[in-house]
Amino acid sequence: MTPMLDLVPIWTVILGVGIFFYVLLDGFDLGVGILFGLAPDTASRNLMMNSIAPIWDGNETWLVLGSVGLLAAFPLAFAIIIPAVYFPVAIMLLALVFRGVAFEFRYRDAEHKTFWDHGFYYGSIVATFTQGIVLGAFIEGFHVEGRHFVGSSFDCFTPFSLLTGVALLFGYGLLGAGWLILKTEDELQRRARRQARFCLIGVVLAVAIVSIWTPLASEDIARRWFSWPNIAWLAPVPIVTALIVLAEWRAIASESHAGPFLWAIALFLMSYIGVAISLWPMIVPHHYTLWEAASSPSTQAFLLIGTLFLLPVILLYTGWSYWVFRGKVRHDIGYH
Amino acid sequence: MELDPVLLSRLQFAWLIAWHILLPALTVGLASFIAFMEGLHFFTRREVYLRISTFWLKIFSVSFGMGVVSGIIMPFQFGTNWSRFSDATADIISPLLAYEGLMAFFLEAAFLGVLLFGRTLVPRWLHFFAAVMVALGTLFSSFWILAVNSWMQTPTGYTLVDGRFQPADWAAIIFSPSFPYRLAHTVTGFYVTTAFVVLGVAAWLLLRRRDFAGEARVMLSTTLWLLLALVPLQILLGDFHGLNTLEYQPAKLAAIEARWDTASRVPLTLFALPDQQAETNHAAIDVPVLGSLILTHDANGTIRGLKEWPRADRPPVAITFFAFRIMVGIGLLMLALMLWGNLLRVRDRVYTNTLFLRACIWFAPAGFIAVVAGWTTTEVGRQPWTVYGLLRTADSVTPSLTGLDVALSLAGYIVAYLIMFPAGILLMARIVRRGPAAAAVSNQVEGGRPDSPIHALPGREEGERR
Repeated sequence: MTPMLDLVPIWTVILGVGIFFYVLLDGFDLGVGILFGLAPDTASRNLMMNSIAPIWDGNETWLVLGSVGLLAAFPLAFAIIIPAVYFPVAIMLLALVFRGVAFEFRYRDAEHKTFWDHGFYYGSIVATFTQGIVLGAFIEGFHVEGRHFVGSSFDCFTPFSLLTGVALLFGYGLLGAGWLILKTEDELQRRARRQARFCLIGVVLAVAIVSIWTPLASEDIARRWFSWPNIAWLAPVPIVTALIVLAEWRAIASESHAGPFLWAIALFLMSYIGVAISLWPMIVPHHYTLWEAASSPSTQAFLLIGTLFLLPVILLYTGWSYWVFRGKVRHDIGYH
Repeated sequence: MELDPVLLSRLQFAWLIAWHILLPALTVGLASFIAFMEGLHFFTRREVYLRISTFWLKIFSVSFGMGVVSGIIMPFQFGTNWSRFSDATADIISPLLAYEGLMAFFLEAAFLGVLLFGRTLVPRWLHFFAAVMVALGTLFSSFWILAVNSWMQTPTGYTLVDGRFQPADWAAIIFSPSFPYRLAHTVTGFYVTTAFVVLGVAAWLLLRRRDFAGEARVMLSTTLWLLLALVPLQILLGDFHGLNTLEYQPAKLAAIEARWDTASRVPLTLFALPDQQAETNHAAIDVPVLGSLILTHDANGTIRGLKEWPRADRPPVAITFFAFRIMVGIGLLMLALMLWGNLLRVRDRVYTNTLFLRACIWFAPAGFIAVVAGWTTTEVGRQPWTVYGLLRTADSVTPSLTGLDVALSLAGYIVAYLIMFPAGILLMARIVRRGPAAAAVSNQVEGGRPDSPIHALPGREEGERR
């Protein structure tokens, strides 16, 4: 069966939104994990845990949907990209497992609480850093012959990917700090504002370096951004990004509770769009387009039927659970 | 010795899935058991069923949480270590995997929260309904995963285009020839496994915690009734599954029985040391004709021997042979224990016979060993193929991997699981030691907000509240 409709754009949107959801949702709770290690006392650590306890595992489930979605919609990309980032993916999975288990056992295994606290903190850092390496390696592209990655499993560790790894630590840290500003009060919130400002500086530096580095390293990307008339069409992207940075800076300094988190999300969205513009329409940079890497129309159609029914329900429920757990976390209410 | 990326990738997958499969083996069974208890409580309104259900819900939530965490790793394995397999088969198997993920997520999102935390918040019928939906959800997950596995064993409904499998008929893909038997045999195996866990815990409570004798008696009695039906059913399903393997995967069957030469009226080899190089068995203990009788249901039935296939197409015989015998051996011991228990029940001594209760405790983990042994039989017996007869395991592995790469990642996974699984098992043992009464005062809802599903673990009520 060959459907009349080209489903590739639909799957591109579903997968693009799905991956962005993962980055955003697990991003802020990984960020809280990163800041967790900097907290001065057990009371604030408990509070930070409480703020993400009800939702973090749901956030992580998007990783499964993202990976299986990539396999289903663009299998060739899956079969090339995942082997190329073999170690970052394996280390990320281990870090996430450790972090998840630490989360659970911290409350039940009081004798080893410090051990599990460290597991949570270092697990969050390592998972974030390796995701950043995946991002950097993806932007740089892979050594591909035919339908396979033919480089070494260590190729993905480059100066650029290490930079994006550090950049993502600041990025998730910013999201996490934004979340804590939203969910906490008083001294904890003030500390989160200081950390948010520090992370924002790191993010701005990292985004600036990446924005200069990528067009210098890749002619395609340089042409995409700086050739006429693209430059006119795309100029709003850096301009809007700069304005968002400004708004984020002011929101952190102001009394706003929700502002820092929302502007951080906007900043992530602009960076995401920036990467998408640089690489479009390639899903395996320099080698395969979305259409070339797509699974068969029959496969895409078969999966779409169920997805269109199940995904909205999942989204509604996700939204509802965030609504249920809205407001400030306090010591006396919530997870402990 | 040169490190072989194919062998190490297989070991890595085996290590990860062997641990992971223990969790569905428990959660699938417990979900249905809990729904059953909830149903009994709904219709009889007897409190004891409620206490039992609440008690097992706590163990279920730990097991479910560990299943999610170890499950996240699985789909990535197809990419990291089996990229050529992914490239060749994704158009067929990926939607099935995706449906598993979507449905599991759907179930977790919609009904698990209600089941774990909603008892005081929702009407009784809705809580019972949620329990049934969670049980159905775990069965749907099994359905999709086993559809994938069965298609790899007995592929149908595809066309081959440039070495890649393209879907031709989705019904034929999902309902491949071995699927109905595999699904029935696996799910029943999960049920039996869980029933023996419940039986063992009930026996332990009867011996060590007389204060929970009421709950323990109900658990023991119910599971003995269930097993009276399930164990014979499982043996019957295993027999059907064997006939199916004989028809579609004769080389696997030959390896299971360590038959080297094609013959009729073949014996049943109870024990032997199969020698793959010399193509013979050492120290064999044979029962004449029984092999043909069991495998083909005909004393004159012919069984094809491994020598009919080139050496390169034969599965590893010794592993398949022994794994199968471990599974069947445990199955027969389970049958004996179940019959003993039901016999004691007739004489009204089932709750007091110390020897029987001790045996039940020893048998609590037996089902897990049988599940892993059965899984080993079917997966090792599928070798040297990932897609049976069509795609070799050696041609499925990621081409860029070196042996060292995989050795490093495998070491990481080994260390992580050796920390995570013992910790999780200890946690569940702690819940068991506290007993059903402690569980009955659960369903804490704080500030009108339920906790998140996976975190509602036990121990919050007594002393651990901060």
